[in-house]
Amino acid sequence: MHPAPSVILFTVLSGAGFGLLVCLGLGLPAVSGWFAFAAWGFGYALAVGGLMASTFHLGHPERALLAFTQWRSSWLSREAWAAVATLLTLAPMALSDWLGLGLPQVVGWAGAGLALATVYCTAMIYAQLKTVPRWHHWLTPLLFLTIAAAGGAILAGPLALGALLALLSGAVLFAAFLRGDTAFQAAGQTLGKATGLDRLGHPSVFEPAHTAGNYLLREMIFTVGRRHAARLRRIALVALAALPALALLLLPEIAGRVLAFLSYLIGAMSARWLFFAEAEHVVGLYYGRHG
Amino acid sequence: MTCLPGKVDKTLGLVIDLDTCVGCQACVTACKGWNDKGDGLLSDQDAYGASPSGTFLNRVHSYQVDVPAAPPQIINFPRSCLHCADAPCVTVCPTGASYKRAEDGIVLVNEDACIGCGLCAWACPYGAREMDADAGVMKKCTLCVDRIYNDELPPEDREPACVRTCPTGARHFGDLSDPESAVSQLVAARGGFALMPELGTKPVNRYLPPRRKGAVAAGPLMPLVDQAATGIAGWLDRLLGKI
Repeated sequence: MHPAPSVILFTVLSGAGFGLLVCLGLGLPAVSGWFAFAAWGFGYALAVGGLMASTFHLGHPERALLAFTQWRSSWLSREAWAAVATLLTLAPMALSDWLGLGLPQVVGWAGAGLALATVYCTAMIYAQLKTVPRWHHWLTPLLFLTIAAAGGAILAGPLALGALLALLSGAVLFAAFLRGDTAFQAAGQTLGKATGLDRLGHPSVFEPAHTAGNYLLREMIFTVGRRHAARLRRIALVALAALPALALLLLPEIAGRVLAFLSYLIGAMSARWLFFAEAEHVVGLYYGRHG
Repeated sequence: MTCLPGKVDKTLGLVIDLDTCVGCQACVTACKGWNDKGDGLLSDQDAYGASPSGTFLNRVHSYQVDVPAAPPQIINFPRSCLHCADAPCVTVCPTGASYKRAEDGIVLVNEDACIGCGLCAWACPYGAREMDADAGVMKKCTLCVDRIYNDELPPEDREPACVRTCPTGARHFGDLSDPESAVSQLVAARGGFALMPELGTKPVNRYLPPRRKGAVAAGPLMPLVDQAATGIAGWLDRLLGKI
């Protein structure tokens, strides 16, 4: 699948933002005064900024409000509702922390739950697609949730928790790489099945349907250089998991958190680029991809 | 509304005969011709330039099939929307632009509500949907909904443009929910099949399998090959054989 920069930016930034909102909603740490203003503000900026970035890849962003209408069937619509519900639920908690209003923490807990639900909805947009076997698995929501939670904990959570979640997200990423490499074959779709010509014999492409490019080839039959993919996988694992964990545990707190988060962003973006670039859509079969 | 209708009154669709299709691309051209006019354009980019690209609702692939114990065959394979009963492109749509009609099962896009997110095209296993790069909305086969019910057209033209134009009669249109319809009879007689049924989309369109060809018969000139030459030709033949 085509790795659209706006979608990579959106899922990584809003993921980290919602992760930070989870931490603040749970009161990990409890913040107050202008520090609370800055912390909540950063969480909101990441989450909202990410959501804004997501509209850049739309053909008609001015109609984006219509995306709230189909929550009964569409994960994309549910994501929109969950995001708005999270931001609205946590707003009084943020005000309370900033101005010392003493709102019960249970409001924050509810908001933290909604924030996790938002990230889950984002992941399910991809995980629901049977057409992309690499994504169609429970590891996809787990990957999105652990990466988001790691981002939040690196920024604000207890240092040990941040290191633990960073390592955990790395482990899930590694598992997703391994499982993903055999997912297409395991799903069992072939050109023979896609065309039904397996009942006659063994088909292969004789002539392409068109010699020039089209939307399908650009959007869903993106091919990534294998050598780059292998290198990028190592970068993603080191930058997402190993470096942030080391920085949090070994460096002084502020420097550790800043360096860990910068490394995390590089790692999460590499991981997200690979998430799209390595995903193979079954429509590629008609064009002679995947053997 | 992007929830699927529980029950449809009819399931209109296409039956495509892979045995008869000659890959002439007339259906592709007729489809583009009918749907690329008025306010329903199918845009092209750099159409006469070095790297042309365009929006099409129908593509014809060409495959070679190695057949066990028989000569290989070239099979032309038209690919367009299958108007699935359990259409994943409809349920993923966040805006309600993508929908399936309860009255005839046709899957359509309301272009005024489409935000161009592309998720429906991702959800479709068959590559039936293409984003129009100029309009910023998703385009797909409408089963020529503006022809099949059009009283302005003579009765023989009230079928999809691709079916109407096919010079070999490889494309058929009708109600596949009615077992008595001509298309249903054809599917039953020829063993028509659905594409990738494992994905649970329950496609309406059916493909008729290519008939198996017999073994290659000996060519009419084969008896001449081993004929023994006589006279000067025979002498030359023997002489050359010895060198």
